[in-house]
Amino acid sequence: MELLFGLITGVLFGILLQRAEVIRYDRQLGALLLKDMTIVKFMLTTILVGMVGVYLLVDLGLAKLAVKPLVLGGNVLGGLIFGAGWALLGYCPGTAGAALGEGRTDALAGMAGMLLGAALYAEAYPLFKTTVLTWGDFGPLTLPELMGRHHWVLIPWFCVLGALLLRWLHKRGL
Amino acid sequence: MSEASRGKPWNPYVAGALAGLLLVFSVWATGKYFGASTTYVRSAGFIERAVSPERVAAMPYFVKEAPKIDWQWLFVAGIALGSLLASAASGTFRVQAVPDRYGARFGPSVGRRFCVAFLGGAVAMFGARLADGCPSGHGLSGSLQLAASGLVALACFFIGGVVVARLLYGRA
Repeated sequence: MELLFGLITGVLFGILLQRAEVIRYDRQLGALLLKDMTIVKFMLTTILVGMVGVYLLVDLGLAKLAVKPLVLGGNVLGGLIFGAGWALLGYCPGTAGAALGEGRTDALAGMAGMLLGAALYAEAYPLFKTTVLTWGDFGPLTLPELMGRHHWVLIPWFCVLGALLLRWLHKRGL
Repeated sequence: MSEASRGKPWNPYVAGALAGLLLVFSVWATGKYFGASTTYVRSAGFIERAVSPERVAAMPYFVKEAPKIDWQWLFVAGIALGSLLASAASGTFRVQAVPDRYGARFGPSVGRRFCVAFLGGAVAMFGARLADGCPSGHGLSGSLQLAASGLVALACFFIGGVVVARLLYGRA
């Protein structure tokens, strides 16, 4: 049942990604070159809607947060390395399959590369575990915990700042 | 719908908001947050296990992320299927090996584009696993939970990406 939910959720997400044209290399590089912010508009809207909805569910006792630990060594170094590879490939792990689905065959080469990258990381993991992944390890930490503020104090601020950013992008024709 | 409007892209705010609602529904129904990169670890484990099962069984990372078909694996496969269906239905399916923007800068060589994509994929996935997530797991799911890890990783994805994109394409 859980597997079926995974497939259906994926299909619906894939339809939204494809019809909003956010899986295209040209759009992803457009964002990284600060010329076409379509994917930023999509992601930011998803984040804001998801933020309000998930925290409502959590407060109603209908869902739990699943917060990944803050490990600055891994998050920062890995994040920067990911960004570098993303700029070369122009697809990310979630959208590469979708890009292939709409006919972009270079995504297949990217997915093969991703399998190699995952295999290489599995080899390097024991080394990282005792080094990079111990640097700045704060455990699972949310911004409300870090700032000592209730989440409903911070969420409206995120919504307002997000809306202002989107309006600014819209005004500049991005 | 008319032929002309059939292939028109959907408004990114509307599609993004629907994706947000879909994620909230998923969290409510199954407790699952969106993510994608772990699926590549499990798949790499599958392939390696076919060659040397004892070795994979002894590797700590494949013990942590065991090779198996789980919710996320089907989610990632579903994204590809959904895109295929949507592109076929809207008449936007098009076989293309070299993206327009890439071709305009680096030329029409398919072999070179595939090499760059392969290299980029390897680097991106290595980074995503070191960061413990990708733009789905950290960028969407992490950020919307206000997870410090998600917000830091999302910022670093874009910083690394903007710098390398600028190096590749110059200021023009």
